Amino acid sequence: MKREDLIKLLLSKMGRSIVRIEEMPNNDIIMEIYTDDLVPIMVSMKKDEDLRFTTLMNQLGVDYGESFAVIYNLYSFDLDNKLTVKVYMDKDNPEVDSVEHIFRGVNWFERETYDLLGIRFKGHGNLERLLLPPDWEGHPLRKDYVYPEVYNGLELKRKTLLEE
Amino acid sequence: MAHFLTEEMILNMGPHHPSTHGVLRFILQTDGEMMRRAVPDIGFLHRGIEKIAELVPYQSFMPFTDRIDYLASACCNLGYAVTVERLAGIEIPEKADYLRIIAAELTRIGSHLIGLGALLLDLGAVTPFVHALRERETFNDLMEALCGARLTHNYVRIGGVSHDEPPSFREKTRKFIDHIENEFIDEFNELASFNTIFINRMVNVGVISPEQAIEHCLVGPNLRGSGVKYDVRKNDPYSIYDRLDFDVPVGHGKFGTLGDCYDRYWVRVEEVRESCRIIRQALDQMPESGAIRTKLTRAFKPPKGEIYVRTECPRGEMGFYLISDGGASPYRLKIRTGSFTSMAIISEVSQGVMVADLVAIIGSFDIVAPEVDR
Amino acid sequence: MHSLAGIIYDFLVARFGRSDLLDPLFGLAGYLIPCFVVLGVVSTISGLLTYFERKVSADIQNRIGPNRVGPYGIFQFVVDGIKLFLKEDIIPDAADKFLFRLAPYIVFSSTILAAIVIPFGGPFIIADLNIGLIFIIVVSSLVVVGFLMSGWASNNKWALLGGIRSAAQIISYEIPAAFSLLTVVLIAGTFSMQEIVMKQGPWPWNWFLFHNPFTFIAFFIFVISGLAEINRLPFDFPEAESELVSGYNTEYSGMRFGVFFLAEFANIFVSASIAAAVFLGGGNIGLDPYKSGIVYQLLMVLVFFAKVLTLCLVTIWVRWSLPRLRIDQMMSMCWKYFIPISFSCLGLTAVWLLIFNGNGIFWRISG
Repeated sequence: MKREDLIKLLLSKMGRSIVRIEEMPNNDIIMEIYTDDLVPIMVSMKKDEDLRFTTLMNQLGVDYGESFAVIYNLYSFDLDNKLTVKVYMDKDNPEVDSVEHIFRGVNWFERETYDLLGIRFKGHGNLERLLLPPDWEGHPLRKDYVYPEVYNGLELKRKTLLEE
Repeated sequence: MAHFLTEEMILNMGPHHPSTHGVLRFILQTDGEMMRRAVPDIGFLHRGIEKIAELVPYQSFMPFTDRIDYLASACCNLGYAVTVERLAGIEIPEKADYLRIIAAELTRIGSHLIGLGALLLDLGAVTPFVHALRERETFNDLMEALCGARLTHNYVRIGGVSHDEPPSFREKTRKFIDHIENEFIDEFNELASFNTIFINRMVNVGVISPEQAIEHCLVGPNLRGSGVKYDVRKNDPYSIYDRLDFDVPVGHGKFGTLGDCYDRYWVRVEEVRESCRIIRQALDQMPESGAIRTKLTRAFKPPKGEIYVRTECPRGEMGFYLISDGGASPYRLKIRTGSFTSMAIISEVSQGVMVADLVAIIGSFDIVAPEVDR
Repeated sequence: MHSLAGIIYDFLVARFGRSDLLDPLFGLAGYLIPCFVVLGVVSTISGLLTYFERKVSADIQNRIGPNRVGPYGIFQFVVDGIKLFLKEDIIPDAADKFLFRLAPYIVFSSTILAAIVIPFGGPFIIADLNIGLIFIIVVSSLVVVGFLMSGWASNNKWALLGGIRSAAQIISYEIPAAFSLLTVVLIAGTFSMQEIVMKQGPWPWNWFLFHNPFTFIAFFIFVISGLAEINRLPFDFPEAESELVSGYNTEYSGMRFGVFFLAEFANIFVSASIAAAVFLGGGNIGLDPYKSGIVYQLLMVLVFFAKVLTLCLVTIWVRWSLPRLRIDQMMSMCWKYFIPISFSCLGLTAVWLLIFNGNGIFWRISG
């Protein structure tokens, strides 16, 4: 399917939830939607006969300074379509609905996003740190993250020769 | 009839266990030899590569991509380079494209050799592993001749490749792929793949149906092992893969159920043959001489924008989601790797199998720990 | 007295004269001297087998193998032994210390015990017991106690799993192994190892291996069960390194580990010797082992060791070319196939002997 056609189709199907939709490099489409509509949109993405975005290829969180965003890369094996879905959320309370019950493979992606960016996923079964130790403080991929100097009595800050 | 009071045993497998490739840890709930489930505990090799990407310039990040998957560094290099080039709209010379493909496919052969050998090593057959390493040695020599490094190649650069082909590289590569295609794979199959014990260990173990594989976002050989014919090189071609003719091997339940460990293994064996085909075509088509690199400015800054590029690594799709704010280093770079989702499915597949089967399952996914943790 | 002990006793009596005081001493010496000699010989052979295995595996894998210590690296096993001696012997805090210390020696001694009744060719047998074969079957099962003990005493879950695996495995495979040995007993009509060897002949058609089709099957069942009993690949479950780290000997280090290691190789040798003596005619070259000259006796030893080393080579060859079975596959192989087959071999051999009046398949040639 051509990108223009897909954009038209998406606008006709879920136009009310879409904030912004435009073409993206690499033959991709980026679609920004309202945060509250994430779950219904993902359900119809997967179930709709014309879209059939059966798999979620990638998920990531971004810290935009004043707000956070979560990005989902969807792919349709049957129709060979790509789509990037983006939701923004408040910096003070970064929280979004989990889509784990729709795409089960997203489980670890959401855990990783929570671990590295501190975005909470409502309805996720096991939202714990994945890559970092359970007692780590802070979320390293945030732009205002300060690297700790000591972790469990371990000196983390490496001194250069000049500083010594 | 007397009732024995039994309780489940919690076993800690790893981080230093002979069959966890790299530093992985599994928490096993076992009832004797039978396993209730295995919960992976990852993060021992987390180096924060995505954070590093936000701190270094675009070109300087290239050596770090080697370390994402050190068994297939040229493929990772290629993925990152293609991502940045597509965002910035950089055209690269034709010869560089061919050299990249040759390096990436050689790496795929080298990586699969280790993957297949290590799986057999986990199942107790030491000899096939050593034979596979013997062939990998030739691959290492070829890559050393090409770029001077044997493990972390750092060969592909943004805008081209680092070195032109050395003299007699084409003949040596041809000899290597001829040997692999005509002699080694057959010998390896006779020694290991068609061994009855091996088949019995692999067949009907760790079965993943196509629906389950798609549901859990499996990619690469693990997805194709479940019978889904999907390869980024074919479905969403990057570089010059659209000019080359090759097949996408899929599992079809060779000896047992579709999507069992043997299918995933066999897909890898077939992929080695396909890589040989690709390299042979690339060697034939590659121009004799020409530029190998587009010169970039030292303070290279791609335009503002977002891009998601998927490339096919030996362990499946490697996706780079790059967000640029027009600065000298990426604003955010997310690296999606194949082993990550393979690892996530293990706790599901491992329910009700034996401890020995878990080893086969981990091996058949060909998981490399640093790729999971990044 | 048809044994080395008797010969030494006779020699001592002839040298020093018979006296009531020294007589028990001579008797004791008759047993002790060969015992120590055999202990030394078996240990050295096990050591050499480690070297042999490394060289053979290197050949299989396109490597060179040990080549630094001595000519062709032949003293590598000595150096390995010294290294193991010098290593610290660590006993885990939570281990059952007494059992932990004891286990390797039980394993090793029960292995070596079987060597008492092995006919090394000619008169060289420590004690030609009239229950020799039963003795072998009994003492080789004792290994289980050592394995289970080490697995339990280590207080390590992997070691415990390994110990339990080895108990299940060795006890199971003891049965087909014993049945296939009994097949030969039916033909030979004796349990004495020396007599079993003497009832065979120098040529392959004289061997019990080719006596009838059922002994032929029994031989292979014995060799495979032997592999299982000595924990070699494809049956090395108790120490499957990719599954159980190192199995029952996970926590062992230093010389205690070395003893386990030595016991494993001594086991290969013992198992191969039994197969060679019982099925392949041992050191029989068609002469009476006690009445022929020393040259012929040494020739018998040579023949015996040639057969044993061939079998050891097969063991090593199998180890380096096959992957490991799974534990349930191994158990079902034993209980569903090996035990019924070996049992029917036993019965059918009896029927064969009844029909053909005790003659083998080649009885016309062998006369």
